[in-house]
Amino acid sequence: MSPAVNNFSTYSASRYIHGNVNDTIEILKQLRVQIMNMSSATGAAHLGSALSCVDMIASLYYNILDIDPKNPNDPDRDRFILSKGHAATALYSVLAFKGFFDKSILSEYSQDGGRLPEHPGPKCVPGIEAATGSLGHGLCIGAGIALAAKISKKNYLTYVIISDGECNEGSTWEAALFAPAKKLDNLIVMVDYNKWQATGRSNEVLGLHPMIDKWKSFGWNVYEIDGNNVNQIVDTLSKIKSSIRTNQANGKPSIIVCHTVKGKGASFMEDDNNWHYRAPTPAEIDLVKKELGVE
Amino acid sequence: MRNAFADELGKIAEENDKVVMLSADIGNKLFDKFKEKFPDRFYNTGVAEQNTIGVASGLSMCGYKPIAYTITPFITNRCLEHIRDDLCYQEQPAIVVGVGAGLSYGELGPTHHSCEDIAILRSLPTMTVLCPGDPMEVRALLREAVKRNTPVYMRMGKKGEKNIHPEVPKLEIGKAYVMSKAKDIDGRLNDVCLLSVGNMLQLSDEIHKELEAKGISTTFVSFHTIKPLDSEFLLDAFQRYKVVVSLEEHSLIGGLGSAISEWLVDNNVENKLIRVGTDDRFMHEAGHQEYARQKLGINKEVIIKRIIERLDASQSKN
Repeated sequence: MSPAVNNFSTYSASRYIHGNVNDTIEILKQLRVQIMNMSSATGAAHLGSALSCVDMIASLYYNILDIDPKNPNDPDRDRFILSKGHAATALYSVLAFKGFFDKSILSEYSQDGGRLPEHPGPKCVPGIEAATGSLGHGLCIGAGIALAAKISKKNYLTYVIISDGECNEGSTWEAALFAPAKKLDNLIVMVDYNKWQATGRSNEVLGLHPMIDKWKSFGWNVYEIDGNNVNQIVDTLSKIKSSIRTNQANGKPSIIVCHTVKGKGASFMEDDNNWHYRAPTPAEIDLVKKELGVE
Repeated sequence: MRNAFADELGKIAEENDKVVMLSADIGNKLFDKFKEKFPDRFYNTGVAEQNTIGVASGLSMCGYKPIAYTITPFITNRCLEHIRDDLCYQEQPAIVVGVGAGLSYGELGPTHHSCEDIAILRSLPTMTVLCPGDPMEVRALLREAVKRNTPVYMRMGKKGEKNIHPEVPKLEIGKAYVMSKAKDIDGRLNDVCLLSVGNMLQLSDEIHKELEAKGISTTFVSFHTIKPLDSEFLLDAFQRYKVVVSLEEHSLIGGLGSAISEWLVDNNVENKLIRVGTDDRFMHEAGHQEYARQKLGINKEVIIKRIIERLDASQSKN
């Protein structure tokens, strides 16, 4: 049974103010240092995973999402789910920098009694839409949220970032079948395709390649970009957003296959899977700061 | 029970526009009326139970009341992590409904049986576990489940169950329902208390009548809620009666009998419990529900014999 038709033609210009791309590029330098500091302070794993997708998350919150940090529960807001919940430091940092909660709370990350567990908890801080951590959940939840929008005839969009490793999970493909079948053209997914998973190259553990063809054959509008390039991220998301708003998505959900580098931002971390587990020393962070030109 | 479920669902959906039905490719023609009346509130989510639960969670986050439905083992074991993480951990008030619980799908074999679901689902924090005893209880409990603001699991039979209630009873989640209070027999009031779970209600009713015919005064209870456990009722029952019996079409490991055993230990209560449930094994031959019950340890004559023996033992002790 097809869901209700969207009334996108009456959608008015966004009342949300989005920043410019150059500012996002600049703030990403500080975001990267912030993420590394959180890893270093706690010894928590998954640094490389957070660094590969922080450009995408920042682009979403600074340039794309129709959401107001002061009104995080607005029922008409766009939703973002970080399905690869182990990259939580990237999400927490962006949310804090955007004003969803006070930056001081970032120091509670992975601390006893703190509000920031290593995988996002349910509404652990304002701005967290879903608790994730076990792979293969966030996309299904996102599909449910997108479906809710269709039923209630609301115009908000639902964005989900999944990891390439997450494409091992059967539930990912259940959702991949479901979304086109129910014509969820208001669902936009980004795959953080950094070519690594926990213990090996993601194209060798299970046959993920060709990623593009797989999603196309499942009935998605598929795009392919450099996922660490803010210009490309914002351009592509803007294009997708516009096509949805003007009813040109052909009733299909969209997915951007984002080629990224695990550990992006620190030359000595990039594409080195040890940084899935390792935390940087203070000296290593100083090195990164020099590379990025951050004080 | 499934017909009562579908019918009551339709009535509830008329009153409550937030109810959304998610069927994992099950219920041939069962939901035709619902689909016709509420086309934007019925979704066949396919044979994809993990996504079904995830979608239920997302819908719930947006203020809808989703009901996820298919054959019991598929909507429980198959997608357990999704129930745990997406519903329970995030306290999303969706309703998970398993049809054909226990041995209801006897002839389809153990892949379609479900004698572990109560054990597993009651171990999840924030989950409510309901086991309606007949089609009337399905109607009553579904209404109560829809009002709940935490996740609910409801396991029900399939078809052909007799109505033991004459009409839809007023049930309260977490409160055992006394079907019939023990009769005064030769001045004795409180010999046995039968605590019946879900689709054992008809058999428990028969056992109750046979015990009374033998001069054993028996209270017969529909213990429809496993979690939260009705501790108040149990405290009274274990003081009042000589023998308390739990009856469930579920493994002896982890169901109501186990929950009561845990409760006995925690509350330091004298053990007067007889547990009736299925043996810890799978059935390896063909057979319908009644045959499966016999093979797996649910036999009326044996149950009655056990009760009488225990009663005699408790009487000679005194």
